[in-house]
Amino acid sequence: MPLPRALAAFVAAAAIHSSALAAELDIPAIYFEVGVERPPTLSNLDPVPEDLARAGAELAQKDIATTGRFLGHKYSLDSVYVEPGEDPLPAAREALAQAPFLILNAPAEALLAIADLPEASGALLFNASAPERALRDAECRANLLHTIASHDERADALMQFLTWKRWTDLALIVGPEPADMAFGQALRRSAAKFGLEIGAEAAWSYDTDLRRSASGEVPLLTQGLGDYDILLVADETDGFGQYILYNTWSPRPVAGSDGLAPVTWSGALEQWGAAQLQGRFEAAFERDMRSEDYAAWLAVRAIGEAVTRMGTSEPAALRAFLLSDEFRLDGFKGRALSFRSWNGQARQPIPLVHPHALVTLAPVEGFLHQRSEMDTLGLDEPESACAAFAN
Amino acid sequence: MRRPAARLAALALACALPSSAMSAGEIWVTNEKDDTVSVIDAATLEVTRTIPVGKRPRGIIFSKDYSRVYICASDSDTVQVLDAATGEILHDLPSGEDPEQFALHPDDRHLYIANEDDALATVVDVETRQVVAQIDVGIEPEGMAVSHDGRYAIVTSETTNMAHWIDTSAQSIVANTLVDSRPRHAEFTADDSQLWVSSEIGGTVTVFNTADKSEVGKVRFEMPGVHPDKIQPVGFKFSPDGKTAFVALGPANHVAAVNTETLEVEEYILVGRRVWHLAFSADGTQLFSTNGVSGDVTVIDVASREPLKSIKVGRFPWGAATRP
Repeated sequence: MPLPRALAAFVAAAAIHSSALAAELDIPAIYFEVGVERPPTLSNLDPVPEDLARAGAELAQKDIATTGRFLGHKYSLDSVYVEPGEDPLPAAREALAQAPFLILNAPAEALLAIADLPEASGALLFNASAPERALRDAECRANLLHTIASHDERADALMQFLTWKRWTDLALIVGPEPADMAFGQALRRSAAKFGLEIGAEAAWSYDTDLRRSASGEVPLLTQGLGDYDILLVADETDGFGQYILYNTWSPRPVAGSDGLAPVTWSGALEQWGAAQLQGRFEAAFERDMRSEDYAAWLAVRAIGEAVTRMGTSEPAALRAFLLSDEFRLDGFKGRALSFRSWNGQARQPIPLVHPHALVTLAPVEGFLHQRSEMDTLGLDEPESACAAFAN
Repeated sequence: MRRPAARLAALALACALPSSAMSAGEIWVTNEKDDTVSVIDAATLEVTRTIPVGKRPRGIIFSKDYSRVYICASDSDTVQVLDAATGEILHDLPSGEDPEQFALHPDDRHLYIANEDDALATVVDVETRQVVAQIDVGIEPEGMAVSHDGRYAIVTSETTNMAHWIDTSAQSIVANTLVDSRPRHAEFTADDSQLWVSSEIGGTVTVFNTADKSEVGKVRFEMPGVHPDKIQPVGFKFSPDGKTAFVALGPANHVAAVNTETLEVEEYILVGRRVWHLAFSADGTQLFSTNGVSGDVTVIDVASREPLKSIKVGRFPWGAATRP
């Protein structure tokens, strides 16, 4: 991007016309990643990008820096990576000494440990990676907001669609990893919530190379599931899900972690101005934008939007604004995004996609809520045991 | 949709009179996903011509004498110039990448173009076909307006959430004013005393005093049974008498009639799905709305504020402009 030709003029002009907002501010943020050993995957097609999540934060940093340029707000974004197996807390302390805003890409336990640091008590942390229910429930933390969609939101989005389609008889295959089981549990809960029936279940336990044997193994496994409308797959670590499609005994569609997938974000989105965000991301990072990228992007954009509107870099004031009804962020999903005041979860639509197209965007039409239709997805206020946000 | 018989009869009568056909003129509509322009005869309310243009046509505007029409062909990265009489493409203008909306300076020469992907506003001289200036603006510039006295050009940037005020004599920004989320469209009132800017995700229209660029007020919308998230103001137009602003509300599928004095909404008019932009008939009696998802144009009777008819056009109609 060419340098502004009249930077001083911009700033001066901004000072005249939005004087309340134009105080010079420094807003340092840090993207903090705790590495994890990922279980091996069979497929070589879809490796996890090294800059997953970080790329989204960097893109948003560029976006808000442009806005800041007009207002005299200086944003910075540093990046910290903790090797798998290392203790993340010393690095987190150091990061918090430099910046009160952390965008976290870390497993749930690490998130909680960082949020519980004394140094983090006045900071504002964003979870851009961990979908676990507990973090939005009894284990919530007042200084931890969540921009990645939870397992529950994703499961509810899928169930709303299935209800609307009247595909009500379900079967489920759950993988062996903890993440698979957690998503499987969310699918069960959500099916019960929307009155759908999971008739039969199977646990995935094969350890063969499915690329060679899927056509033999999967029909046998799915034959035992009886009759159903759609087969749900909980395979959050890409262990086997992609080999279920078209290998089932009955000619039935697949949804969940593979097939029709509820996600925070996907390269298949192009409506609501998303094509422009995708274009900027692709140009900068030469790949599709994924859910974790979007979650980190959303976190940084939320910081920027709050600073722009409030004219302060004070974390407590920004947190209060982010959780208020006044906060509305354009997230390229067709509706204003905000945060739930009871557990800090981003309130956002959930796209249901397959790799090449959007199928629908939940909340699905007809699922109503007294506050916002988006609150039909995930833990609603009366259901959440989160107490840290109570005052 | 209600269609009182009496009004239909009146309409039919009006259509029979050749003089009114002259004064109603044509409405040109860009079809974003068909790469065409549909020309509607505002007297007969029929599509009389469909003109093939560049890829993803969006913004559309006529030269002062209506002999030429400029079209933002966004995915062709160009502004096309057409002969309005024949529909023939005369030439392209260097527009910068991904032009979405633009505005013509009252000098009839300088076209201010928003380059959505480049965070730039490009100024093109339509006679020499040269780029006169490029101005850095916020991320995803979209809405463009030039004041009637030619002094200011306005660019709104969707991600930066600002209206940037460009002094057209210096071609540089003199002020940046914050608006609500995702500003899409800007217009000056006829006397240039106010600038209005719609915010799609913010769900508001912000009104500025041109003289000191201060905020005068905000138009807010509320419809029973429609969640505020779905009320997304995009295109808008002032009535010829200046008393009413008609605001297209996107996925709320309505056009709001706003009192320009009180900034209160007086009425919501049902139109097709995903309404984008508006154009008045040349005589000001009818308002045409482009409805993206339903692929049609709704004709609204301005006096009674009733929808009269839906006209099928191409896929995803977006921009609209009037030719007398």
